[in-house]
Amino acid sequence: MAGKFFLIDTTRCTACRGCQIACKAWNELPADKTKQYGSYQNPLDLNGNTYRLVRFAEYPSPKNSMVWYFFSDACRHCLAPPCKKKADQILKDAIVVNEFGAVLYTEKTKGLERASKAIKQACPWSVPNWSSDQKQLVKCHMCHDRVAAGLLPACVKACSTGALNFGEEADIKKLAKERLAEAKKKFGPKAHIEDEKDVRSLFLIVDDFIKYKPMEI
Amino acid sequence: MTNHWIDIRNSDCILIMGSNAAENHPISMKWVDKAKDKGAILINVDPRFTRTSSKADIYAAERSGTDIAFLGGMMNYILSNNKFHEEYAANYTNASFIVGPKYDFKDGLFSGYDPKKKKYDKSFWAFEKDANGVPKRDLTFKDSRCVFQLMKKHYSRYTPKTVSAITGTPEPELMKIYETYAKTGAVDKTGTIMYAMGWTQHTVGVQNIRMMAMIQLMLGNMGRPGGGVNALRGESNVQGSTDHCLLFHIWPGYLGTPTASLVTLADYNAKNTPKTNDPLSANWWQNKPKYMASFLKSMFGEAATKENDFGYSWMPKIDDGKTYSWLDIFDEMYKGNFKGFFAWGQNPACSGANSNKTRQALAKLDWMVNINIFDNETASFWKGPGMKPDEIKTEVFFLPCLTSVEKEGSITNSGRWMQWRYAAAKPPRGPKGDGDIMVELFEKVRTLYEGGGKFPEPIKNLRWDYVKDGKYDPHAIAKLINGYFENDVTIKGKSFKKGTLVPSFAFLLDDGSTSSGNWLYSQSYTEKGNMAARREKKDPTGMGLYPEWSWCWPVNRRILYNRASVDLNGKPWSPNKNILEYKGGKWIGDVPDGGWPPMSDKEKTKRPFIMKPDGVGSIFGPGRVDGPFPEHYEPLECPVPKNLMSGQRMNPVAPVYGTEADEHYSCDPRFPFVGTTYRVTEHWQTGVLTRWQPWLLETQPQLFVEMSHELAKLRGIKNGDMCKVSSARGKVEAVAMVTGRFKPMAIQGLTVHEVGLPWCFGWVYPKDGGDSANLLTSSTGDPNTRIPETKAFMVNVEKLGKRRA
Repeated sequence: MAGKFFLIDTTRCTACRGCQIACKAWNELPADKTKQYGSYQNPLDLNGNTYRLVRFAEYPSPKNSMVWYFFSDACRHCLAPPCKKKADQILKDAIVVNEFGAVLYTEKTKGLERASKAIKQACPWSVPNWSSDQKQLVKCHMCHDRVAAGLLPACVKACSTGALNFGEEADIKKLAKERLAEAKKKFGPKAHIEDEKDVRSLFLIVDDFIKYKPMEI
Repeated sequence: MTNHWIDIRNSDCILIMGSNAAENHPISMKWVDKAKDKGAILINVDPRFTRTSSKADIYAAERSGTDIAFLGGMMNYILSNNKFHEEYAANYTNASFIVGPKYDFKDGLFSGYDPKKKKYDKSFWAFEKDANGVPKRDLTFKDSRCVFQLMKKHYSRYTPKTVSAITGTPEPELMKIYETYAKTGAVDKTGTIMYAMGWTQHTVGVQNIRMMAMIQLMLGNMGRPGGGVNALRGESNVQGSTDHCLLFHIWPGYLGTPTASLVTLADYNAKNTPKTNDPLSANWWQNKPKYMASFLKSMFGEAATKENDFGYSWMPKIDDGKTYSWLDIFDEMYKGNFKGFFAWGQNPACSGANSNKTRQALAKLDWMVNINIFDNETASFWKGPGMKPDEIKTEVFFLPCLTSVEKEGSITNSGRWMQWRYAAAKPPRGPKGDGDIMVELFEKVRTLYEGGGKFPEPIKNLRWDYVKDGKYDPHAIAKLINGYFENDVTIKGKSFKKGTLVPSFAFLLDDGSTSSGNWLYSQSYTEKGNMAARREKKDPTGMGLYPEWSWCWPVNRRILYNRASVDLNGKPWSPNKNILEYKGGKWIGDVPDGGWPPMSDKEKTKRPFIMKPDGVGSIFGPGRVDGPFPEHYEPLECPVPKNLMSGQRMNPVAPVYGTEADEHYSCDPRFPFVGTTYRVTEHWQTGVLTRWQPWLLETQPQLFVEMSHELAKLRGIKNGDMCKVSSARGKVEAVAMVTGRFKPMAIQGLTVHEVGLPWCFGWVYPKDGGDSANLLTSSTGDPNTRIPETKAFMVNVEKLGKRRA
């Protein structure tokens, strides 16, 4: 295992969306024509042109009247990626895991158009998307090119508050432990690291996961 | 900012009120987080629950335009529960001063009010003075005429019950915030305020900020790390442009603009140089004549001589008693009193209050020059909504210019740091930098004057050595702003050669032997080099002052009034807040506000607030046009029939404009809801720079109006519905964002709804993005500064037939 990990500390996120834009900038992804539909979240979901998306979700709360949760969503880079398992059944090694754990969709995924829906369904968070521009499956690739060159992923580099963190497993897990202890003190026992044992993208959240990704907008 | 961005990390309690820091100053939250990591508490007060509120330990809503009531209640709590820092307040503020017998306050009006002129005679508010002409004091605060007692009486009226009925904030929430913030009155604690346009853009804007400054003084938070009064400037270089005379009433370095009645420089100096008889007051502004003479030398060089008042008579003057603010300019333009207009790097058709009036005003011009990066609603106003192009005579010239990253120069941030920037990108062919456009413009004007012309002296004599190889040279300007020795001189035992750069403003003289384009920036570019370009990361105090990173005005002092951070013996009020200490006969740490020894040395000391004539912080402020104490008044447009504090509904001296485009209504059933405006993280000001950026537009594509679930239900509006929002002056179409982040408020027994809209959209682009929320706002403003009241007005909201999402 070892390799690289993200820690996304949602308690520090102010939803400036620097990560969302930095991801687009580094990957030279076009913008969609969007509409205001009654939320700050835009685009509506991850798609072929958007590999990282800040989700907004608000709820009434006894403290301070409201809570407004922000969730910088992207591929979790699973330790045992179900998307790869699914894809391998159709086209072996179209999806690979590199030496530091990045789950990468290779050019071979160009041959997976017909399976793209099934692969998206295989992902517990429906992250992968078929890009009609690039004619292949796409999602966050951990900025593996930047990381190999000793740089931080573009989203982490852009984060000003320390919500997004990236590094070696031991360092990130240590940081996650510290931040979780603080969050439990402040936000109570619901604070936890989501799917800690299964993914390389550790989300520190203070409520049930479903609250961060409302089913309907 | 009296302090600076990094210093926020030293705070024990951060109040964000009148600003939405997380959305409009995102990086600031990094320092807020660092303070919170050490146990600081973040309080946020805002009519709407924002991205900032989502990070707050304590959040409360208030109605727009009621900050003085909110804070007046806090002052009442602090004074009646003895939560203030007594030693600090007694020694470093005017709380102990005795106010003269003519001062009075009755039913919302201070003494000295002339209802015909709608003006105060400020002499009614003077301090009582002793035989030597020094204000009388009572350090025990017992005298019933001392500032402390008058203030206590004034704010005793601001009871939690009354405040709650005005602001709509429930009493328990008020008390929780008062108790939490007042804890920073403890000697070892400091609290800070982060505010922005949510406080300034009101008919009581200046007094909003004064109210907080008074609280900070009483709690002993001024001059100290983690304290201060911190304006988050809304544009990266707005601090710099203000310092260098963006506004009509000041010249560079906050030298008051001369009025026509001050015919000679001697007249100006006599009228504008403050005096004190207090031997303990440094009264730094006594140096004003030196800064004036040096400024005029920077304007006219060799042509400025003692005999001709250094060219004082060549400089433009303003008429006595007349104001020339943004609101006044567009009011006059609307009335047809302007021929031409340079809209330089701005988009007034969207940014100014009451945009319909602004847009109609532009149509009354003969010509307009718009200098911008992209097409915008100002440049294209003549083909905008409701305009008839063939009836508009205004000739428009559009000059494309360079972006900030294509030019070398400096910006001054909110923390007063002047930071030099190199040109990061090579500009495209065609567009020019602002400096080059100005050079070309002036040289053409000068050529035209060669054939004669009225009053040629200022043009002919203007110092003009900023052009190098045919291009504008930012270094030449920066050096002149710092200032030169104009003769060989010996000052304070040191000899200086003509043509060398002055080391600091301490060496500026009033006899014409020095020049300085802005005394406050003197020391920024010296014989040692360009101080603003420094990038050293040393932090000797460990408090984040980073004294060799860039340069900070004045004289690289990172925290203003820092001698108030120490006690009378020169020791920091608390050891964990040490930015400055008097040790072994000298000050260690930040650059002190003057090098005098601490207050315990009664012979040699000077009081710490050196820019004030009395050397202390002004709790009583007799210099403002609308009263020495902040008092709650309702906005020009408000939802309540009366002001619960007095019979005076609105600020009696606030300007109200009278054209047919200035209609306004309070308690009118046609406009029943409070409206406010704001910015969003994703767009910049009017959006001229960001609406054309596809990634940003993708995140915030269209104008929206945020409203509560309750109001939406009342109006039959669903989330995502298209709505019409209208005021007495204009209307916009916006997508409804129905949210629990706005809530109805209980005000004077009424249910008051508030809605809010961002002002970053405009009709030019994108075509389906909506127009500026400033079409709704009113053109009144603060009587001291005339900043427009765009943060509180009255609107209606209706559902439109079509649904957009």
